[in-house]
Amino acid sequence: MAPEHHPGTGAGRIVLILLAGLFLVAFLLVPLAVVFSEAFAKGGAAYLDALGQPDARAAIGLTLLVAAIAVPLNTVFGLVAAWCIAKFEFPGKSLLTTVIDLPFSVSPVISGMVYVLMFGLQGYFGPFLAAHGIKIVFALPGLILATVFVTFPFVARQLIPLMQQQGTGEEEAAIVLGASGWQVFRRVTLPNIRWGLLYGVLLCNARAMGEFGAVSVVSGHIRGLTDTMPLYIEALYNGYDAVGAFTVASLLAMLALVTLVLKAFLEMNYRDDLTLAAAQVSRH
Amino acid sequence: MSIAATEERGSWGGRQHTAIPGFPLTLGITLCYLTAIILLPLAALFLKSTGLGFGGFARTLLDPRTIAAFRVSFGIALAAALINAVFGLLVAWVLERYRFPGRRLIDGLVDLPFALPTAVAGISLATLYSDNGWIGGLLAPFGIDIAYTPNGILVALVFIGLPFVVRTVQPIIADLEHEAEEAARTLGATRLQIFARIVLPALLPAVLTGMALAFARGVGEYGSVIFIAGNMPGLSEIVPLLIVIKLEQFDYAGASAIGVAMLLLSFLILLAINFTQVWMRRRYGA
Repeated sequence: MAPEHHPGTGAGRIVLILLAGLFLVAFLLVPLAVVFSEAFAKGGAAYLDALGQPDARAAIGLTLLVAAIAVPLNTVFGLVAAWCIAKFEFPGKSLLTTVIDLPFSVSPVISGMVYVLMFGLQGYFGPFLAAHGIKIVFALPGLILATVFVTFPFVARQLIPLMQQQGTGEEEAAIVLGASGWQVFRRVTLPNIRWGLLYGVLLCNARAMGEFGAVSVVSGHIRGLTDTMPLYIEALYNGYDAVGAFTVASLLAMLALVTLVLKAFLEMNYRDDLTLAAAQVSRH
Repeated sequence: MSIAATEERGSWGGRQHTAIPGFPLTLGITLCYLTAIILLPLAALFLKSTGLGFGGFARTLLDPRTIAAFRVSFGIALAAALINAVFGLLVAWVLERYRFPGRRLIDGLVDLPFALPTAVAGISLATLYSDNGWIGGLLAPFGIDIAYTPNGILVALVFIGLPFVVRTVQPIIADLEHEAEEAARTLGATRLQIFARIVLPALLPAVLTGMALAFARGVGEYGSVIFIAGNMPGLSEIVPLLIVIKLEQFDYAGASAIGVAMLLLSFLILLAINFTQVWMRRRYGA
C-alpha cells in the first residue's frame, strides 16, 4: 500500500479534487459565467444600450448614493463600538456584542419590514410623518435605513477581535506620554487597525450595494426614483428583458469580483493584521 | 499580544485601571445607535404582532398556506445545509490538504456567494437551471426539473450556504494534528477507519457550526430564491415571500406575526444546535 505513506499522491486524492472541482464549477463558476454570457447575448451594442437607459443610470446613481451614506455611517459607528467593546471591561459586554451581530441572523425581508412598521403610512410614526410631509418609507431615507440595518455588523465585528487582540498597552503608553484621546486614536490605534478596517469596509460596501430583500420591502419600486440596481434588475428580469437585467447584473458581478480580489489580496499580505484565526463567518 | 488581553480579562472594574479615555462617550453612542437602528425597530415588530391578539396570531400561523411556507423554508434549508455539510467538508479538505494548480483561485472563489448580490445569483441560477439553460438543459431529457420547482430553492440555498461550512471547517483542518492520523496508519487502520474514527469526530463540531450558519441564512434567504422558486403557494412559496405578500396587502399584523414566529423558530433551532455542539465537544473532547 505504497500510496498510503504519501497521502497526497494516491488515486483518492485525484478523485476528491475532481469531485470538489466539479461541485465548485457547477455551483460557483458557471453561475458567474452565465451573468456575462447573458449580458452580451445580443452583442456589445445592446449591452451599452442597456447601460445607457435613463432608468439604469438612475438605479446606478441611487445605489452609489445609498452606499455612500450607509457605509461611512457604519464605519464610524463600527469604530466607536469596537473602541468601547475592545478597550474597556464592563458588565453586559457579551450581550452588546450579540446585539451587534443580530442583523446577520434576521431575514433581510424582516430587516426592511421593521422600518415599514415604524415609518410606513400605517406604522407607529406614520401619521406624524405624513402630517409633517416627511417621507421615509418608499423614499431614500428608508433605503438608507434598511441598508444600514443589514450592513451594521461588518465593520464592528471585524474590528472587535482585532482590537481585543492588540490590547491597550500602546494606547496607555501614549496617554501617559501626554497624548489626547483623539491623538491616540489617530496616531496609535488607527495605524494598527487600518487593514482590518479596510477589510470590514470592503465587505460592508459589497453588501450595501448588493442588498436586495431589505431594500425591496421599503423601496416601493418606483422606477427611476427608488429602484436601486438589484431592484432594477428584478424589474427588468420580470419584464422579460433578460439582456437588460444581466447587463446591470454584470456590473454588480464585477463589483463582487473586485471585492473578492481585494479581499484575497488583504488576506495574503496582511494576514496577521486581520485576525483571520477564526473564520470570518463563524461567530463565537 | 495576548498578555494585555489576559491581564484585563476577569476584572469587571478593569476600566478603572486603564488610562484610556472615551468609555462613556463610545458606550453612549453605541447604545443609542443600536437602539435606534436595531432594537426599536425589532421591538416594533413584536409589538405589531401582538395587535392580532392570541387568537389572531394563532389563526395566522395555523393557516395552511403559512404552515406550508414554513415547511418549505425550514425543510429545504435543512436539506441544503446537509448537502453543504458533505460538499463543504470535501471542498475544505481538498483546499487545506492538497496542493494543485489553481488552488488559490478556487479558495478565493469560495466566497463568491458572500460577495455576489443575491438578486444577481437569483436570475443567474434561474436561467442556468431552467429547461433551456446550460445545466437545466442537460437534466431536462431525464425528466429532472430544477427551476420553478422546490428543487430550484434547494439549488439556490446550496449556493448561498456553501461558504459558511467551508470557512468554518477550513481552519480546523489546518490545525488538525497529523500525528494521530499517522499513528493510526502505522497501527494498521484503513483510510476509511482513519476518517471515521479520527478526522470526522474532530471536525464534526465545526461542520455542525457551519451547517447551523448556512441553515439560519437559508431560512431567511429571499433574493436568490424567489427568481428560481416558481413561488407556488403551498408548494414552493418561502416564508420571506409570504411576509412580502402580506405587506403588499397591507396586512402588517399578519406579516409581523409570521416574522416573529420565524425569528423565534430559527433562534430555537440555533440554540438546539449549540447545545448539541457542546455535548459533542464533551463527548469527543474536540
